[in-house]
Amino acid sequence: MTAATDKPHLSRAHALDLLKQMIRIRRFEDKCAELYTQENIRGFLHLYDGEEAVAVGVIPVLEKRDRIVATYREHGHALIRGVTMAAALAEMYGKQEGCSRGRGGSMHLFDQAMNFYGGNAIVGGGLPLSVGLALADHMQRNDIITACFFGEGAVAEGEFHESLNLAALWGLPVLFVCENNLYAMGTALVLSESETDIQRKAGCYQIASEAVDGMDVVAVEAAARRAVHTVRESGKPYFLECRTYRLRAHSMFDAQLYRDKAEVEAWRKKEPITRFQKWLEINNMIHPEEVTRIETEVAAEIAEAVAFAEAGTWEPVEHLTRFTYAERAAQAD
Amino acid sequence: MLQGTTRPGTTEITYRDAVREAIRDALLRDDNVFLMGEDVGRYGGCYAVSKGLLAEFGPERIRDTPLSESGFTGAGIGAAMAGMRPIVELMTVNFSLLALDQILNTAAAVRHMSGNQFGVPLVIRMATGAGRQLAAQHSHSLEGWYAHIPGIKVLAPATLEDARGMLWTALQDPDPVLIFENVMLYNMTGKLAADAGAVDIDKAVIRRPGRDISLITYGGSLWKTLEAANALAGENIEAEVIDLRSLRPLDDATVMASVVKTRRAVIVDEGWRSGSLAAEIGMRILEQAFWNLDAPVGRVCSEEVPIPYPRHLENAAIPQTAKIVAAAKAALSRS
Repeated sequence: MTAATDKPHLSRAHALDLLKQMIRIRRFEDKCAELYTQENIRGFLHLYDGEEAVAVGVIPVLEKRDRIVATYREHGHALIRGVTMAAALAEMYGKQEGCSRGRGGSMHLFDQAMNFYGGNAIVGGGLPLSVGLALADHMQRNDIITACFFGEGAVAEGEFHESLNLAALWGLPVLFVCENNLYAMGTALVLSESETDIQRKAGCYQIASEAVDGMDVVAVEAAARRAVHTVRESGKPYFLECRTYRLRAHSMFDAQLYRDKAEVEAWRKKEPITRFQKWLEINNMIHPEEVTRIETEVAAEIAEAVAFAEAGTWEPVEHLTRFTYAERAAQAD
Repeated sequence: MLQGTTRPGTTEITYRDAVREAIRDALLRDDNVFLMGEDVGRYGGCYAVSKGLLAEFGPERIRDTPLSESGFTGAGIGAAMAGMRPIVELMTVNFSLLALDQILNTAAAVRHMSGNQFGVPLVIRMATGAGRQLAAQHSHSLEGWYAHIPGIKVLAPATLEDARGMLWTALQDPDPVLIFENVMLYNMTGKLAADAGAVDIDKAVIRRPGRDISLITYGGSLWKTLEAANALAGENIEAEVIDLRSLRPLDDATVMASVVKTRRAVIVDEGWRSGSLAAEIGMRILEQAFWNLDAPVGRVCSEEVPIPYPRHLENAAIPQTAKIVAAAKAALSRS
């Protein structure tokens, strides 16, 4: 772990919170998988298992006024940003009490109050959006950062390159966070990129960059602090590559024919929650009963969320075409 | 070319000038408005629409972009979501296809998939249409495709008043609005009231009243259709010419009232015939006014070919006055 050097002031309370937040995501998504097999959640369900340290390491470093753009693998980001577990789960049920009124589902969690701009399910599609959000803040002289999360698969999209170029060219406060889990669905990075050292691509656009062990929550947080500080001070973009791994299937329809079980098992040994928990134990920063307490609290939160989603209501079919356009009169003066 | 006579307080102006005045006015009225696109600044706009605006408003608000249609259209979407009022210029409708993902999957979808939490008050302008011998990658009329998409509005200003007045209304709209400017209209001159301002963006307008047949059109084809109506008048046929103005939403009420009155309709649309906006309008007429019809609904569309370069072939590919006259006569069983 890099905590001793990069994050000397890691307090016990903070360490416990990092652990708890990762466990929240993991247990929540375990429950989501179960609810999916029970057909309470339908459509596509993309789980973040193994990658939790990225959202937990980056998002709390941002201010509440900052903006977040995420992908279709965004349950963790939403929870850490402050979208309630209940509202997220109700959304995945398709209930109108969901954080997007049930219109979006698992891939489209949005929350205006949290400055959470989705839940974008076109790979690479969120990057231009983040550039635009930052452009508005730049033009309005707002002290606001936009953090844009995307996978390494997005790097192959033209929009990745267009967005990095625009952000650098116009000097926009975007924190690009590449969650490099080595597979774009089932296509390995080596099969899709001629240059597999992704952070180097940022340098071609004159964007400062850093790659970090994305399975190490303390290292991610330390890097995120440097990154956010740099963007805040300079008003310019920064590129943070978090090297991580997806331990579960791409979605629930994935037989994982494209990778060896041994590879997955090897990565499982670096899994961020167990790893951090062990590190805390070795350093006498955690007591076993504290882990039990975290697990109990998270289980209660999940139970509440399930009850909320179950009790949620279906939007009347008569409302089908609502929210296609604004409902207030759209006339000019 | 405009309807009506010269009034005091009017100025001679081109369609291009009218669009520029609309942009200039918007920039003056609202600090959150800015124009962004390829060559809108130093070059003055591919069609010279934004010429002079850079000097007046500076590079922050007249923002030249790299050739990144998807990137800067997406940036317009994000900026609109964060409180700005961007006008994104896509040089031509053909190039807009590089931004189609952002328009369809983000701009048109965000309000819905966020459960009404986020809207995209963005205006996207682009040139459309054939007639300048620009061949198969600069000449198409794909506005009918865009009119297929719920979540956006699609406008086709054909007159100086609409070129001048639609933009401000579109900018006030809480949802994305696409404005299609036919390339053959930029040089059109006419008189425009000095105090011309915002106009509605959801009503079709009858540009020429008539009792015998309804000619339904929009954009660059409006003027050919009015010319056809003049020719028909010489043969004692009084055609009513409807300018749709808005392609989404479509103003069914105005169209149906006219068709019920004339009992005959021909739709003139520079889009390709198959799967065209003309097909949609024709079907709506069948759904809503079938029993009022005295003849099959006719269509004059573009031929099913990429727009060719030679002038005689380009002319043959798109709607022309003679074809409109012939289609109207066919609907009236006249030869």
